[in-house]
Amino acid sequence: MSEAAEEIVEQEVVNTDEKEIREFLTFMLSGEEYGVDILRVQEIKGWDDVTSVPNMPEYIRGVINLRGTIVPIIDLRRRFDLEALEYGPTTVVIVLRVICDGHADRTMGIVVDGVSDVYQVETENLKHSPEFGTAVDTEFVQGIASVEKKMVVLLNIDHMLNSRELSIVDALNN
Amino acid sequence: MSIDISQFLDTFYEESFEGLDIMESELLNLDVGEADTEVINTIFRAAHSIKGGSGTFGLNAVADYTHVMETLLDEMRAGQREVTQDAVDILLRSVDVLRSMLLSLKDNEPLDETTISSTHEELTKLLNGESEAGGASAETSSATSTANTESAVSGWTITFKPNPDMLQTGNDPVRILKELDSLGDVTVEADTSELPEFELLDPEQSYLSWTIQVSGDVAEDDIKECFEWVEDECELSIVANKSEAIEKPAGQTAAPIAEAAPAPERRQSDRRQGDRRAASQSASKKPAESSSIRVNIDKVDDLINMVGELVITQSMLSQIGGAEEFDNSALERLNDGLTQLEQHTRELQESVMRIRMMPISFAFQRFPRLVHDLSGQLNKKIELVLTGESTELDKTVMEKIGDPLVHLVRNSLDHGIEEPQVRLENGKSETGTIELNAFHQGGNIVIEIRDDGAGLNQERILSKAISSGIVKEDDNLTSEQINDLIFAPGFSTAEVVSDVSGRGVGMDVVRRNIRALGGTVEVKSEPGVGSVFTIRLPLTLAILDGQLIRVGTETYIVPLISIIESLQVNPEMINSVTGTAEVYKLRDDYIPIVRLYDIFGIEADSTDVSEGLLVVVENEGKKIAIFVDELLGQQQVVIKSLETNLKQVDGLSGATILGNGTVALILDINGVIMLYQEVTKESILQDKQGKIIAA
Repeated sequence: MSEAAEEIVEQEVVNTDEKEIREFLTFMLSGEEYGVDILRVQEIKGWDDVTSVPNMPEYIRGVINLRGTIVPIIDLRRRFDLEALEYGPTTVVIVLRVICDGHADRTMGIVVDGVSDVYQVETENLKHSPEFGTAVDTEFVQGIASVEKKMVVLLNIDHMLNSRELSIVDALNN
Repeated sequence: MSIDISQFLDTFYEESFEGLDIMESELLNLDVGEADTEVINTIFRAAHSIKGGSGTFGLNAVADYTHVMETLLDEMRAGQREVTQDAVDILLRSVDVLRSMLLSLKDNEPLDETTISSTHEELTKLLNGESEAGGASAETSSATSTANTESAVSGWTITFKPNPDMLQTGNDPVRILKELDSLGDVTVEADTSELPEFELLDPEQSYLSWTIQVSGDVAEDDIKECFEWVEDECELSIVANKSEAIEKPAGQTAAPIAEAAPAPERRQSDRRQGDRRAASQSASKKPAESSSIRVNIDKVDDLINMVGELVITQSMLSQIGGAEEFDNSALERLNDGLTQLEQHTRELQESVMRIRMMPISFAFQRFPRLVHDLSGQLNKKIELVLTGESTELDKTVMEKIGDPLVHLVRNSLDHGIEEPQVRLENGKSETGTIELNAFHQGGNIVIEIRDDGAGLNQERILSKAISSGIVKEDDNLTSEQINDLIFAPGFSTAEVVSDVSGRGVGMDVVRRNIRALGGTVEVKSEPGVGSVFTIRLPLTLAILDGQLIRVGTETYIVPLISIIESLQVNPEMINSVTGTAEVYKLRDDYIPIVRLYDIFGIEADSTDVSEGLLVVVENEGKKIAIFVDELLGQQQVVIKSLETNLKQVDGLSGATILGNGTVALILDINGVIMLYQEVTKESILQDKQGKIIAA
């Protein structure tokens, strides 16, 4: 490829950057709607029995076999200290790819009340999180998106699934 | 069209490191004084290909550096230079420098210029010093003096006669001539005398030879570089047009190297563009760490055969499945097919495993050098004996066992083998021996490091351990336990903290690393006779024979290798110790009972020991009896990491997937013992507190 051509490609990339549309998968949790970046979603599956891992925090329900890899399942309600809910037919597991610093990407599943929708949000409609208003710790919130007059809380899954007990740094310190 | 050569860079690095390993081991083989030309040739070839490769990839620092080594080796090869101990030492050091250069380049780190230039200087000094002092071999000076001849030579006469088959190796004389042309004014005369009749002419043969006059300010190195790829495939002579040639004093040697010829520079800039393109493609992402493995073709053939068999079995099974009627005879054939399938799967699994296996010589090969260097440093005479080098070991295990092995060997060298004087006084031969031996035993690979040194000084170990608070004075320790103390953290008996060992961080790290591999290390020693360190490692980290056990609703896997026996409980044999810990009397042993449900915080069928079973397991001489509800089957399990997506969990070494698709966790016996000790400590503490409150 000539250098001129390269430049054109680069410009195009920049152009699309400016009016970038991001897609979010949203799910319900205790009556609120939360969203995660759809590019991180690997699959959505129904709740199935897990193998529990000893001496883990309660919100780590256990591990499952996802086509040969061992994937931990995290109950998001318990993670956020919400009231636990009996798992029902709409209970689903969203399998996510989590990016960690200094570690290869991890695959983890989160248990949520139900999957809701997929929204396209222009980046300019994304707002920083307020200091209040959701049941979820604000440190795990990446931003707020307003979609059709609704408010969707976008979660920072990398932070959420890496902090404290799951942190690789913790494991090393131990 | 340009080819992105950066994709070959990894291969280059890999080959270069191999080349350096070869150079190192051959240099150590080199007998000073009467060097075997074949050995020198091998070293030379390795250096030559590193030089060629690094030139191609624009790694000029490496190419320049190797060039000097190569020149030195070339002279040794031609018998123009004596192989002295000094030269070998310098070359060995240069190998180290080269290795670190390549490593830094690979990781995009800055080069360590000071060491590079200092060894570079040493090399050139050796090169020049010798050539000037030993000027007796006047004719031979051409190779060395080139480095000294200033580029102010008026010109060069080159006769170049390619071997007839040079064209077949892809080299084109025309290109070489063009490159020469770019250096300066060139007059070329072709000698066509050997050209055959047209009918006899083979277009793939080269019949011509040339006499080339290069005039102007041209360095010989630049000319040589043009012929770099065809050196071995032609008759070549490069003679300076002497009339004006000026010998320059030594010390200017770096000049020709620093003055890169226009030709290579141009190539290099092309390459930089290529690199940039590659870099922009991979964006800002860090290059993924990829490692490769060289596999014997036989192993791959095996694999292909097995896959072939598997396909046949599969088609046989699908034939049965596709049959319209399914009667008894079909059932029989189905059973046959399944048996075959099982056998083939197992064989396939073994073949795949074998691909990961490498001979342990890969880990051993660094030791001759290490012993050579260290024995010089410590003024000891040491012979290293390697046996069982072809014993195969999983690649991952191999990579991780290297450092612990180095530690142990260094330790034997430093602490084990005595000074030559002391050895003679004790009636031993002056030269100490260190033996490295590897062999298979059961499902394990055993590596022994044996020295015939002084053995462990138990008195000193004990007093040291007491003074550093590792054990108490009134602890009655067996001699094995005392030996074991050297693996305790913070332990070192060396009176002088030397460069080699003695900082007290060694042996506990060794043990920890080996444990992390699922192995053990122990030491046996006899005063005055020597010590043996024995490392036991699992053959592979990927598969293990497991015993499935059930506690409540959970299934766990106990590595079969650590199980001593499983037994039904005779309640009379249970003793309570301090009210919280229980021990089971098994023959003459008292074994602590570990209630898995307790330390894992799960529900069991029964908490009454007499209703379940005890599985007696051992790890590093410590035995515990795990109380389980039921023993299920035994099976081979493939170990999957829990750490990949979760984190390391105490008491577990990993997980596996059972036949029904569910996950089962694999117990780490060592971890279970530690967990158990923690839990009992806590409960004893609580017990004491309770008593205090009650009082």
